[in-house]
Formats: sequence, structure tokens, C-alpha cells
Amino acid sequence: MAVAERKTDIGPPDFHQFLAPIIKKNYGKWAYHEIPEPGVMVHVAESGDKLYTVRAGTPRLLSIVTIRAFADLADTYCDGYLRWTSRHNVEFLLTKKENIEPLKADLHKMGFPVGGTGNSISSIVHTQGWVHCHSSATDASGVVKSIMDELYPHFVNMDLPAKLRIAFACCLNMCGAVHCSDISVLGLHRKPPRIDHENLPKLCEIPTLVSSCPTGAIRPATWEGDPSVEVDESQCMFCGNCYTVCPAMQINNAETDGISIWVGGKVSNARHTPMFSKLVIPFIPNNPPRWPEVVEAVVNIVNVYAKHARKHERVGEWIERIGWPQFFKLTGIPFTKYHIDDFKHAGETYMRTTQLRH
Amino acid sequence: MSEKKRATPLLDELKKGPWPSFVREIEKSAETNAMARDTLGQVERSYEDKISHWKHGGLVGVMGYGGGIIGRYSDLPEEYPEVAAFHTYRVNQPSGWFYTSDILRTLCDIWERHGSGLTNMHGSTGDIIFLGSKTEELEPCFRDLTEHGFDLGGSGSDVRTPSACVGPARCEWACYDTLDACNDITHTYQDELHRPAFPYKFKFKFSGCPNDCVASIARSDMSVIGVWKDNIQIDQEKVREYAANGTDIEHEVCQMCPTQCMAWDGTKLTIDNANCVKCMHCINVMPKALRPGKERGATILIGAKAPIIGGALLATVFVPFLEMKPPYDDIKELAEAIWDFWGEYGKNRERVGEFIQRVGLGNFLEEIGLDPIPEMVAHPRTNPYIFFEDELEEEEDA
Repeated sequence: MAVAERKTDIGPPDFHQFLAPIIKKNYGKWAYHEIPEPGVMVHVAESGDKLYTVRAGTPRLLSIVTIRAFADLADTYCDGYLRWTSRHNVEFLLTKKENIEPLKADLHKMGFPVGGTGNSISSIVHTQGWVHCHSSATDASGVVKSIMDELYPHFVNMDLPAKLRIAFACCLNMCGAVHCSDISVLGLHRKPPRIDHENLPKLCEIPTLVSSCPTGAIRPATWEGDPSVEVDESQCMFCGNCYTVCPAMQINNAETDGISIWVGGKVSNARHTPMFSKLVIPFIPNNPPRWPEVVEAVVNIVNVYAKHARKHERVGEWIERIGWPQFFKLTGIPFTKYHIDDFKHAGETYMRTTQLRH
Repeated sequence: MSEKKRATPLLDELKKGPWPSFVREIEKSAETNAMARDTLGQVERSYEDKISHWKHGGLVGVMGYGGGIIGRYSDLPEEYPEVAAFHTYRVNQPSGWFYTSDILRTLCDIWERHGSGLTNMHGSTGDIIFLGSKTEELEPCFRDLTEHGFDLGGSGSDVRTPSACVGPARCEWACYDTLDACNDITHTYQDELHRPAFPYKFKFKFSGCPNDCVASIARSDMSVIGVWKDNIQIDQEKVREYAANGTDIEHEVCQMCPTQCMAWDGTKLTIDNANCVKCMHCINVMPKALRPGKERGATILIGAKAPIIGGALLATVFVPFLEMKPPYDDIKELAEAIWDFWGEYGKNRERVGEFIQRVGLGNFLEEIGLDPIPEMVAHPRTNPYIFFEDELEEEEDA
């Protein structure tokens, strides 16, 4: 039987076999690093050895044609050694300093920008969107491409007060750390699920579906004599968790889905402790192919931050110093009732002091 | 068979501009691959209709595994027959996302034989994503992958593919071997990773220092963040060099220190290390002058997650300092104790962080056998509604 030869549970390949000799030699013995120019780092080992890294941004979605081209570049300039970062950047690991410029030139010719280091905007961590996801309230790759086309100068330069991390998720499932980014772009549904009563009993387990609702808005019901559910629409907050567990609860809606913007989150423990991102724009309609209103909103926030923040201050730290009223004033973003939390522990977010700026 | 390239006027707009275009990437594969051609067509259609045309997955996978493949079908199969079934593989990446050109070519060849030629490098959790396979190719592709040393990652209610920062391979701040720990834990828990048996997903993420380059404190059920216990290593000569080259040590370093534990008199930097909370700011500003101390290990935090279902959570400190030496028995024991308790009492789709909130951190610690310590809370309780169990039990006994 053919399956008898099949291997399982072998786990990922051992990373050691993919490490360059200079890395194996200096593993755990690096002394310091410098960023001589945007997109280029030099790590100096205690032995004196120097490892040069050239970092380039990618759209995350890569054809094998491009991956093979990266492999060829790695063969030409760095003995075939390369890696990816946690933000979808590709990094070439060089020992020869003289290869930096020709590699950068080749990447430029291929259309991949070198940058994303230091006080820059690195690649946007993002999700699948309409390219591959069933529950997306918007596309991901197209919005990210449109935003990065405008923020490109901040990728290839290091001209911001601190690093600025942008993340994008196309629904509340947030397949990315968008709840803790300097600027988060988040797709939202705004209508309760449409129940496909006819197919629901065939496709879904009703108890699982009922318990999937975080606000208890879904109850068992009968529909034309068959088991189904009903939704108390006044309690629905459009999270889509019911749709995840049951395809007969369609949450996607072409007319009412769109995008929200959140700011001031961070994951690093440097200076201020890690913070969640906070809502600043509750809703912008989907406007493909280039989402100009979303792009404009993000660029505005970046510009106001770049102008007003102190050196080393992340977006959230800057806002904490100046206060939220001043943030809304400087950015010109209107404050609405939707900005005020009404979920669990909402009261902890109310202002309960007279320490206000007048 | 859709052999001709369809017109995609909306997507063509996304080929303009300086940032690399995902549309061009799909087109590169579409030159030789019919699935990629129909992907372009269907995505263009989503751009016209402003809605996703992918349907729920249903149960697809490879024999003996409960995870690793995400099922996906088109809701327009007649129009885009090549993507009628368009499943995703999560292929477990090597620790730290290190590759050689040869192994990348091997992966590309496998994916050329079995699917669309489209990938994500990488998915949000860290896997190599092979985007778009027909159902009948799942087993052959899996076999091809394992023959070349690769295996599937996690999906569903299992251990998700662990990930790690670049660690000691290239970073002077790595306080433990993130790559080895990630590799070791991943291999130890292959059964938990491939066969979902938990209430919901469980993620491990390994960061080498408190800068947390893999966002473990926000995204993982078990967050392992490197840290040191002793004094920051100072090279005073290099500090003076930074000052001479324009770094304003007083304002950029001392005043931005969260505990104000540093002082600079113009020639010497002094640190009150007992009050240092190891935030990394001063080290980030002056990497040539300052380094983490020598007594290194990790802080273990538990229970971070995104909003679905009960709201987003950052991770909570469980172990302030743990030495990180293979075979990492301490964190394995802790993970397994958590799995035992959460596995038995956790509700369907309830992450560990939510479960802890429901049962209370104090009760949770008691069940897994950890003593409560002040490092676990921002501050003690402010309400007087204390469940004094001891008193209750005494009365019952009497």
C-alpha cells in the first residue's frame, strides 16, 4: 500500500542547515549593529566579523517566479543565504560589503524597494482579503498596496520620530497584530448575518452556533417546521463569529462593509508598556481599486505625527503626552459616539479627572 | 479551461505606483498556470462587486492530520473553474525564516508541480503559505513536501505553528536561543500541532528581548520574551562617542527611561540597575555602548489574543524569569499543566486568556500549581468582594 511509505510528523526542517557559515561561527556572539543607510544593517561580531543585511519590502503575496529570482540574487551576492522578517521583508545576508550596491541596483530593477529599517515605516503586516478569505469585509493586498504607494518615502528613508508600524486586517478575526499597532486598518461588517434557513440544519450544529455569539443574540428557533436560529439584531455587533462556525450565517455585505482606523498601539516593551490601538475613524466605505479615502486618512495621521512627536516617541506615546482631545484637533478627525466604548469594562476608558487642557 | 487572460481593468490600477504589486505577482504565475489566471479573474470580480467570492472551507485535509490545510471554494465555480477548489497549505517554516537558495528552489518546484504557484512569505502566524490547491493534489503535494523535509503547520483548535525572532543568529540582544527553543517546542508537540484536541488554538511565540519582534505579548497564548537579571553592560568610552556624535544623552536616554534610573554627568552614565525594568530603550538608542546583562533568560507570559470572541488581551506575566536551556522542561511542564486544565474546562473556541478571565487568575494558578506573586498583577484588587474559600470550607466541615 502506497500510504505505508508516507512520512508524517517530521516537523519543520532544522534551521541550522540554512545558516550562513559566518552566522554559525558567530552564533550568539554578536557585539553590536549599525544602520549605515536605510535598508542596510551591519552586525559586528565579537570576533570582528561583519555581516551585512540588505532588506527589501515585498507584497507578501509572491509568485514562485519571484522567489526563484530572489534565490538567484542570493546566489550571485551572498552564497545563497537569505531570510524573511516577521513583517514580510526579504533579507539578503552578505559578507562582502562591495556586493551591497549591485544587489540594491538589481532589487531596484526588479521593483523591490530597499528600506524598512530604523525610524521608518516597514512593510504592512496584513491578511488575505478578497484574494483568499471568505469572511473579509474588504480586500487586504489592494488597500495595503495603495497605502504603501503613498508612504513609500517613509519606507526608503528613516525620517520619522520613531519606527511606525502599520497593520491591516480584513475582519475582526485579525489574522495579524492589528490590535497593537501604531496605525491599524481594520475591515468591518456592519449588518447582522443573513440566515440561510433552508441550508442551516444541513451545514451547522445549532448549539455550537448559539454559543458562538459573544452577546447571546442568537437563539434556537424553528423555521417552517425545521430547526434553525433567530438573531436579536439589536444585540448584534457584527463580529462574524457565527459565520466562522456556520456558513449559513452570511455576514459579508457589499453595500455596508468597509474599513475602520485605529492608532497608538505597540507591542515593544521599550519606554511605555505595550498598548492596544484605539479607534479614531469608525467607518470608511470600500472604494476599490485604490481606497483613496483610507489612504488619505492614514497619510494625514502619519504627517501630523511626524510633525508633532518628539524623537523616539511612538504614536501612542505621543498621543498619551498631548492627550486625545489634542489628537482629534490636530488631525481634524471628528469625534463621535462610536468612539466611546460600550463593551465589557467600557467604564475603565472614561475620563475621570479634571486634568484637562483648556 | 480558461486559457486566455481576461481583462482586469480594476486590478491593473494596482500595478501602478512604487510599492511592489501583488497583481504583478499573480500575473507572473498566470503566464504558465491556469489557477493563477482564474485567481486574477475572480479577484477582479470581487473588485467590481465589493465582496469576497470565496466560500467556507468544509473539511479537507491530508490523511491522519486534522489541521494544516485551509479548505477554500469559489462561489463562482462555473465562471472560474480552475479555482473551484482553491485550498491553502500551511507549511511549517524553519525557525527564524532562514533559507538557502537551494531549499527555496525545492519549495518552488514542489509548488509548481501541485498548485497555483502563488505563495505568502509568510502567513501571519509564520508559516510558508501555498495559496491554492485542488482537492486531488492535497495528498500528492503533502507527500512531496515531507519527502523534501517539510511538514504542515497548525490550523483549527491545536498548537499553531510556533515562530521566533532572528535571535542569536544575527542579534546581539537575544537573551536566549529563540531559534532552538522554537524548533525544539515545535518538534516536541507534533501530535498537538497536527491533531486538534484543544478548546481552541494555542500559539507559542519566541522573542529574544523585550523589543518583541514577533509580537508575542499581543498574539501568543504562551509568550516567551528574553530578558536579563543583572546589570546592563556599559562601555563608557562608546557612550561618550554617542554624545560627541550628537545623541542628547540627557533627553533622549535618561529622561525617556520609564523608571528614571539613569544619570549622565557629561562624561559618565550611571544606571541604578535595581530599578531598571529592562525596557530596552537606552540599549536601542546606543547599541554600541550598552548591552543586556550576562545573566539571561526569559519572562513567560500567558494568554494574549485578538478580539474574537471576548475582546483582545495582552499576555499576563506567569514566570518573571526562567533560565532557557534545552530541553526546556520548565516551559513544557507549564504548557502541559495549562493544557490539562483548559482542555478539560475550556469552552469551545475559548482561548486560554479568556478562560483565565472567566475562572479568575487566582483559581487558575492554583489549578496549574503556580504560586501567586505580585509580578503577575498591575496592582492588587480594588474591590472588597473577596471569596474567602478557607472560611467557607471550615464552616462546611463544622
